[in-house]
Amino acid sequence: MRQTALRITAIVSAVILGQLPAYAQQATPGEETPAIGAQSRPAGSMAAHMSDPVSDITADHSKFLKLKGPFASGSQVTEACLSCHTEAGNQVMHSVHWKWEYQNEKTGQLLGKAHEMNAFCGNVASNEVRCTSCHTGYGWTDIREAMPDDPTKVDCLVCHDKSGQYTKQDNLAGEVPLEPVAAGAKTITGEPAWPVDLAEAAQSVGPPPGRDNCGNCHFYGGGGDNVKHGDLSSVLFDPPLDVDVHMSPDGGNFTCETCHVSDKHVFEGSRYETDVVDPHPDRMAGAGHDAAACQSCHSDTPHTGPNALIAAKLNDHTDTLACQTCHIPSFARGGVATKTKWDWSTAGKLKDGKPYSEENYVQSDGKHLHTYLTIKGNFEYGENVVPVYAWSNGEMTYTLPEEKIDPSKVVEINKIGGTPGAADSRIFPFKRLDGSQAYDKQRDVLLYNHVYGPGDGTALWQYYDWKKSLQAGMDYVGLEYSGDFGFVDTYMYWPITHMVAPKEDAVNCESCHAQDGRMANLAGIYVPGAGINMGGKIGLAVFLMAILGAFGHGLLRVIGRSKGKGDHHG
Amino acid sequence: MAEHCVKVYSRFNRLWHWSQVVSIMLLFFTGARLLGLHQLGPFGLAVMVHTVVALALLLLWAFATFWLFTTGGWKQFVPRLSGMWQVSRFYAYGVFKGEKHPYQKSFERRHNPLQAASYFVLKSALFPAIWISGIAYLTYGFWDHLDGGSFFLQIIANFHVLAAFAIASFVVIHVYLLTIGGFRHHVRPMVTGYEQVDLTPEAEAYFRQTGRVID
Repeated sequence: MRQTALRITAIVSAVILGQLPAYAQQATPGEETPAIGAQSRPAGSMAAHMSDPVSDITADHSKFLKLKGPFASGSQVTEACLSCHTEAGNQVMHSVHWKWEYQNEKTGQLLGKAHEMNAFCGNVASNEVRCTSCHTGYGWTDIREAMPDDPTKVDCLVCHDKSGQYTKQDNLAGEVPLEPVAAGAKTITGEPAWPVDLAEAAQSVGPPPGRDNCGNCHFYGGGGDNVKHGDLSSVLFDPPLDVDVHMSPDGGNFTCETCHVSDKHVFEGSRYETDVVDPHPDRMAGAGHDAAACQSCHSDTPHTGPNALIAAKLNDHTDTLACQTCHIPSFARGGVATKTKWDWSTAGKLKDGKPYSEENYVQSDGKHLHTYLTIKGNFEYGENVVPVYAWSNGEMTYTLPEEKIDPSKVVEINKIGGTPGAADSRIFPFKRLDGSQAYDKQRDVLLYNHVYGPGDGTALWQYYDWKKSLQAGMDYVGLEYSGDFGFVDTYMYWPITHMVAPKEDAVNCESCHAQDGRMANLAGIYVPGAGINMGGKIGLAVFLMAILGAFGHGLLRVIGRSKGKGDHHG
Repeated sequence: MAEHCVKVYSRFNRLWHWSQVVSIMLLFFTGARLLGLHQLGPFGLAVMVHTVVALALLLLWAFATFWLFTTGGWKQFVPRLSGMWQVSRFYAYGVFKGEKHPYQKSFERRHNPLQAASYFVLKSALFPAIWISGIAYLTYGFWDHLDGGSFFLQIIANFHVLAAFAIASFVVIHVYLLTIGGFRHHVRPMVTGYEQVDLTPEAEAYFRQTGRVID
């Protein structure tokens, strides 16, 4: 048996090795220089020898002839990747990163960027090339259709590039800026675009993704640094310890994937269905985990100090509070503000027939941020923002397009699920974005806005006309629209879970155990110190009566003594 | 029968009393901080002091209860009705007229009937109420998973605070009543241990023999 196996291995190896030079030549016609590190050896032999330093990886992508280019598009790099990683494309195509779609089995809602609306730019539909610039693929120009089943459209580099010069242009539906770069073009992080060297990027790859791979999209959601999440900003590329104990080089030095573990290119962690309680309470702390929950590593009873008594008291809180509630005292820390209000209703104003902007918010680093833009309306920002707190079981229910709204009230774009005191719920911190969004006054539904589309005559960002913009947006998705629009106030909630502070900076007792503390107005909890309870009020009345009684009695004695004399207590 | 200066409060008795005074005062102060009546000192420190002092006081109570039952001291606190009317009438009326206190202390019964009744309520109802609710409160972590855990916590907390104020009211009246007939006169025995008590000749002889009478 063993001999047979050996023989087969030998034959297969011989065939592969024999084919390699021919294959390499075929793949790169006109290629003359052999692979790096192979100059002194027979052509095509890329494998490291004993004389080479021992590498900690088994495949050095810089040695693959296939990755030497030239590449005319990102897609061509993907084809090269797929020639070895035959299943990777299919794995990615099954992820939220690719589909922008999330089926919530519990609520039955079909969510994801492809389907929901948010309180920032509103909707992807009709604005694709701008929005899908951050898609993990190339060329999603019409979100009404799912991305085609084409693995070569997967963008491998956006997650696996290590050269640092790979980027995507902010208006090419995920495509890369290449020579010649259009004048004024920008990257997805808002920098002036540069021509990407695809071959350099292709040869640099190596898992796992670094924090810049994730951050170049996720830190800039909503159109700028930290605009959307509040707890995900460019500060996390290299955060000081007091901003994020996990990601700081002086702390855990984690990458995103340390917590957001992946399996078959699908990542743990979701703001649609968040793990607010440990999904695997049966596992030992620190045991292999597949959930982006604090308890996966820290357990449900993480406190051990400053002394046994206080530790036990703190651990008593974990049935009620999420870890984040105390350990993220505020978000947007480290010097990058987050948008806390976006009022679309004021967009479209012109000065002397021209769009204009105001920059009245000064960030702590001195940078001025827009407080008004003709194309987007009014903004407010905050740094070190105290979250809003709510009971949450992690389940978010969205106000989806075509859902009836009540414009007399603030419309919650997403409602936080959960029951006060329930075993599956914890008090969790959220960023709340106060919005104001267009809605159909006759049909009471939110409207799709068409904001991006240079030259098409209707896009808000170029023509500053809500009427045209909303009509174009609704026409694009083929939904009924009365033409009568107004603006309704909205709230959108974003779970706060990053920027965990050092334990010394955790929210202190007094922040909640006081009048009007952080937990004020939350049901299902008893917070000593937050107000005098009924027992206290009755007790206080009894106590005051005792004092009054003693005074009254004493007074009568004094009066009595002035008349008669002496008394004696036995 | 004649009045003699007798040692009525043993060393343990006095230690017990004054440790209770100190601990109960600390518990009032830190408890009020936890309830939100004042903001003096950090909340966490108040939690710690309140818990440690409460546990120490519980231990003291365990010892005191043992001591009371082994020495027969518990009989001092048994309530009785005889003389209750006279004493009540004195506090409600006679004291304002300068009448003499109707109760004569004896070694076996230091407390007048009203006093005995209030100590009995304190020891059999208020103290158990505060420590049972306190222990339930403290051990919240062991039963918080039960259905309605948070609701029971509120009940317990309300009960605990109510009991605390009832004890505080006792303290107010207790201290006030010391002023009837002279504050120092009443406090001194709890410091020195000696008090003027009516003794039968037999008792006097016995106490002399055991060295518990000064004159």
